[in-house]
Amino acid sequence: MKKFVVILLLAVMGYYISAIFFDIGFGNSHLVEGISPVKDAYLEETVNTLSVANTVTSIVVNFRGFDTLGEVTVLFLAVTALGSILYKKRHQAGDRSVLFSASKIVTSGSKLLFPAIVLLGAYVFIHGHLSPGGGFQGGVIIATGFLLMLLAYENFTVGHNALSVIESLAGITFAGVGMWGLIYGGSFLENFLPVGTLNDLFSGGVIPIIYIAVGFKVAAELTGVIYTVLHEKG
Amino acid sequence: MIYFILIIVLFLLMIGAAVYSIRQKDLLYATIATGIISLVLSVLFYLLQAPDVALTEAAIGVALTTIIFIITIRNTVRYEDESDNKEKFKSGVK
Repeated sequence: MKKFVVILLLAVMGYYISAIFFDIGFGNSHLVEGISPVKDAYLEETVNTLSVANTVTSIVVNFRGFDTLGEVTVLFLAVTALGSILYKKRHQAGDRSVLFSASKIVTSGSKLLFPAIVLLGAYVFIHGHLSPGGGFQGGVIIATGFLLMLLAYENFTVGHNALSVIESLAGITFAGVGMWGLIYGGSFLENFLPVGTLNDLFSGGVIPIIYIAVGFKVAAELTGVIYTVLHEKG
Repeated sequence: MIYFILIIVLFLLMIGAAVYSIRQKDLLYATIATGIISLVLSVLFYLLQAPDVALTEAAIGVALTTIIFIITIRNTVRYEDESDNKEKFKSGVK
């Protein structure tokens, strides 16, 4: 009886949600020119005022930059909570854990792949305003590179002090650029640098600086998460 | 037309992997199935012209989440024990 009621409720909700999608046309009418003024403004401002090639980046970092600061803060709080829960439970390699010595092939392959992965991550966040990707994506790619090294070498360590210094500096850079925009331009994260020409590496004003800061911050935080979880006592 | 068929096949693959990961008692296999869901989802995002989201999904869903689940399984138990679960439910009802 209970299951029947639940299924009935879900069916009614599903019907109305799908009806909404059919009425709107799932993206069709929004793409017609002139119907959504906000969309038109974003597309125009991105190319003309900011000269950024990737519209998603300009929205995430510039028009909705304050939300991105909130996201970074949420990630920082989650990492801090995880670290504070698992802090006392460190143990050495050799106990019952995921850390055991890998074979020669794995260690050599990891050593070969690690610089390439870090380079790819750096490329993704430096070119965030030109090609798909950005700070979050590049940071996660760098963190997976460190994960590979941590799994391959049981004695591979990451300095916690270096991680926290990198993370703090990146956070300060993000907030400082935003505050400088507040002083100089009148609103938080206002652009105060010359925007350059479209499709140039040095274009978009403060957007590349902020995305590089976000990339370093995310990479440091997620590397810290992986290190903490891997060295947790089972 | 072929594009539409491809999208339908990918959706069916995702649903199949999701059902498999729920039914499977071996938690390691279930975790790999959730990784397959993320992989297919990132391909779908790419086909639907959202490459930014596809990159995020590929990096976080396939690599990081799967690895953290595997580490957790390595540190706890691998098999989902049915009898243990039933007794827990019974004691909960009483």
